[in-house]
Amino acid sequence: MRYLPLSDTDRGEMLARIGVNHVDELFADVPKNLLLEEPVDLPRRKGELEVERILSRMSARNVSASSVPFFVGAGAYKHHVPATVDHLIQRSEFLTSYTPYQPEIAQGTLQYLFEFQTQVAALTGMDVANASMYDGSTGTGEAVLMAHRVTKRRKAVLSGGLHPHYADVVRTLSDMASDEVVTMNPDVSGTEDILSQIDDKTSCVVVQTPDVFGNVRDLKAIADKAHQHGALLIAVFTEAVSLGLLKSPGSQGADIVVGEGQSIGNALNFGGPYVGLFATQSKYIRQMPGRLCGETVDADGNRGFVLTLSTREQHIRRDKATSNICTNSGLCSLAFTIHMTLLGEAGLSRLARINHANAVKLADGLAAVKGVEVLNRTFFNEFTVKLAKPAAEVVERLAEKGVLAGVPVSRLLPDAGLDNLLLVASTEVNTDDDRAALCAALKEVL
Amino acid sequence: MLNRQGRPSAPQAHGVSDPAAGMGDQAARLQGDANRATGSAAGSHPTFTGNKALAQVEPLLFEIGRYDTTGVDLDEPEDFKPRLGGLERKEPIGLPGLSEPETMRHYVRLSQQNYGIDTGLFPLGSCTMKHNARLNERVARLPGFSDVHPLQPISTVQGALGLMNELGRYLVTLTNMTAVALSPKAGAHGELCGMMAIKAAIEAKGEGKTRNVVLVPDSAHGTNPATAALIGFVVKPVPAREDGWVHVEDVKERLGPDVAAIMLTNPNTCGLFEPQVAEIAKAIHDAGAYFYCDGANFNAIVGKAKPGDLGVDAMHINLHKTFSTPHGGGGPGSGPVVLSARLAPFAPVPFVRVGQNGFELVEQESDAAEKPFGRMTAFHGQMGMYVRALSYMLSHGSDGMKQASEDAVLNANYIRAGLADLLSLPFGNKPCMHEVLFDDAWLKDTGVTTLDVAKAMIDEGYHPMTMYFPLVVHGAMLIEPTESESKSSLDLFIATLRDLAMAAKNGDTERFTGAPYHAPRRRLDETRAARNPVLKWTPPAPVAEAAE
Repeated sequence: MRYLPLSDTDRGEMLARIGVNHVDELFADVPKNLLLEEPVDLPRRKGELEVERILSRMSARNVSASSVPFFVGAGAYKHHVPATVDHLIQRSEFLTSYTPYQPEIAQGTLQYLFEFQTQVAALTGMDVANASMYDGSTGTGEAVLMAHRVTKRRKAVLSGGLHPHYADVVRTLSDMASDEVVTMNPDVSGTEDILSQIDDKTSCVVVQTPDVFGNVRDLKAIADKAHQHGALLIAVFTEAVSLGLLKSPGSQGADIVVGEGQSIGNALNFGGPYVGLFATQSKYIRQMPGRLCGETVDADGNRGFVLTLSTREQHIRRDKATSNICTNSGLCSLAFTIHMTLLGEAGLSRLARINHANAVKLADGLAAVKGVEVLNRTFFNEFTVKLAKPAAEVVERLAEKGVLAGVPVSRLLPDAGLDNLLLVASTEVNTDDDRAALCAALKEVL
Repeated sequence: MLNRQGRPSAPQAHGVSDPAAGMGDQAARLQGDANRATGSAAGSHPTFTGNKALAQVEPLLFEIGRYDTTGVDLDEPEDFKPRLGGLERKEPIGLPGLSEPETMRHYVRLSQQNYGIDTGLFPLGSCTMKHNARLNERVARLPGFSDVHPLQPISTVQGALGLMNELGRYLVTLTNMTAVALSPKAGAHGELCGMMAIKAAIEAKGEGKTRNVVLVPDSAHGTNPATAALIGFVVKPVPAREDGWVHVEDVKERLGPDVAAIMLTNPNTCGLFEPQVAEIAKAIHDAGAYFYCDGANFNAIVGKAKPGDLGVDAMHINLHKTFSTPHGGGGPGSGPVVLSARLAPFAPVPFVRVGQNGFELVEQESDAAEKPFGRMTAFHGQMGMYVRALSYMLSHGSDGMKQASEDAVLNANYIRAGLADLLSLPFGNKPCMHEVLFDDAWLKDTGVTTLDVAKAMIDEGYHPMTMYFPLVVHGAMLIEPTESESKSSLDLFIATLRDLAMAAKNGDTERFTGAPYHAPRRRLDETRAARNPVLKWTPPAPVAEAAE
């Protein structure tokens, strides 16, 4: 087997050195009747060529985003990732290293994490960011738990514009921990009255902007009302590129900002791995979940970086830890930070303008199609349209025509009676031809 | 001009600043670097840049980047009317950029300050740093896996769902369990998923109010008690015995109608298989509780024993350990959870089902015939890791996976045999599984600690073993060589550790207490980092003003 260096001669010599006759003597503590004698009932080893062939066949049974006019978003976005990013994250020393527990030989990881934290803090308009979470949805769950620790209250209010999967993650976690969650009704227009839900028992209000229907939400009034009641505002985003163009959540009074960083540096990957961004104010650092990288000096006085504030973490605090999390999304955070470095402020804001411009063009184009109504007053690169027919059916028909049109709201909210609504995203990857193809296909189907 | 933006967040270099007076912080730091190897030829030949040939020191992005530079060519869009509701950003963000060649060089230089599996032996116990085959990277990047959206129509992702189904089949077969929840994002997330399934099952039996205790052995990973506590369980420890095993009578003593589950790692964190695991499982089941197995060490027994046969009800599998998906400097991981028949109905959404027209994806609790307890994450989990793990399993096959487990165990025992006379084995010189645990008794009266030994190993070109874990032995050194090491690699490693052991015993403490001498940094001050946390770069005052 090509991955195993030992030869049978080696094995024999090593067993002799250990002082046993057969390798199964090393498995002596496994109950005799449960030790398997034969390999399990699965196929035998395969060469590289054969494995690649099998997996290529599976891959070919999927329609990839780049192969068709593609408008699918709702929390994961198709963006162009520069070739440099994918090359760098495959550098052996990044790819095959571990959590930087031995900082003297992990400065590469630690320094980029410090850069990542700085970038995320700047982007969100917050004081500090952690070294990343699994993804935006689990990060949101952790943000709610953190708010409960800070406020010593246990009631979260979720906006009806929060991505339904995110809301499900928060509710699952909260139900299990016996915490209270108030979920607002789906809010297509972005005009819900969330202020009336905030009271002195509220730990946090969770508001997404742009929300799942694409509306750009003004957070200021919600932050003010939350703060009047001693509650925290958790601002969520699922499209990190939007932060290049929109006011930062921090500048609008958010206490915790959490979101999905996939859009920058990371492929769609059918939903993962992605990278959760998590930022807050300095005063809450010690209540923050996840890993943190901090600056220090070495024995010669040279600047260096280490993982820090680990007394919050499970390997020290065990059942008193701020979170059970014991990893971040290392390589995805590296992809994020490299892409962000390539973009820089100038590139990011231009990329965001292109995304917005493309979505505006698409909205104008769709508004002219009979049977399509654009519902949003505001949006960034994604918006909701109302179709004359159920969206799931339309999407399926368009897929047959080779256009991936978007996400039917019914796929996320099957019981909300919003079956004719479709979420449509347009990023920098879409051309005028793509948009024309979508409009033309819709005309045929509707 | 290396540091034209200054570096106010950086501490002053001390002790070495004089020779570099007037050279700026960056130069001073580089100079310090050059002076490090005291007494060596390099120390007496400082360089102007502070670089030492291939050892390049790299400033922070924020010290070399420019706010008007971009390494991505994009055309400004034609004029259009924004629809942002007046919520446009007005102030600068503070994100410097680099051109493409500068970006490449910056991150390549950073990478060169990292130790990876591809660099050398990485015997980090319990973390399973085995070879990461590049075939797995290649196939994960096939467009049908990497360039598909989680919410595309199901008819356009039949291959991706088929892959998830196939991975699930492999995991269920290898463990002899009933079902698998693929979506957890990492090991600890998998633990959470498994414990949630247990909690849901207990509540379904109407015992939610009364069964709230989870037994966790002292030797467990910290994530175990943290996970149980996170969802409201009360954690009760099971003490470690002198032989490193959990004893069924210690478990029985703590069992009662209030016990929901035990969280047991097997093979355990001392590197030992729990010989009484079947009896413990039976006692747990007889008491109406569930057996959660921490599967972090599953790699020792893949193809040798099936957790389902041992009475396990739920076990997470770290795809990044057992099935070699890259650790990536701390993730992304992936932690599918296999479930027994008793827990299978409670598996969270989403999951793949075989329907009349091919594969289906059950995404809503209401669409499931079973009783899913909820959802762990947006979308469907770590697809990129599923592809890599399946690629590993297809490559090894059932025979190769069995051989890999045997080689992993053989390698660990070979190290044990090679060091047993010099180092100290807390539980006696008996066979271990895939990792061997030493304590620090052998360092008594040497003035050298486990940490010092670890840092001296760095100088020898090795990544250190896991230190001070598990907590049940003093000054733990947990060594896991994995099956990826050749005999000659192990021979050199053993010889090196023997040399270090002799040096410590012979009073050569400086080799240890000052180590590392040859790494990109000397020993780093972790106390200082925690006392006054500096978690991001802050611009120096003049730059901050200029930006406003």
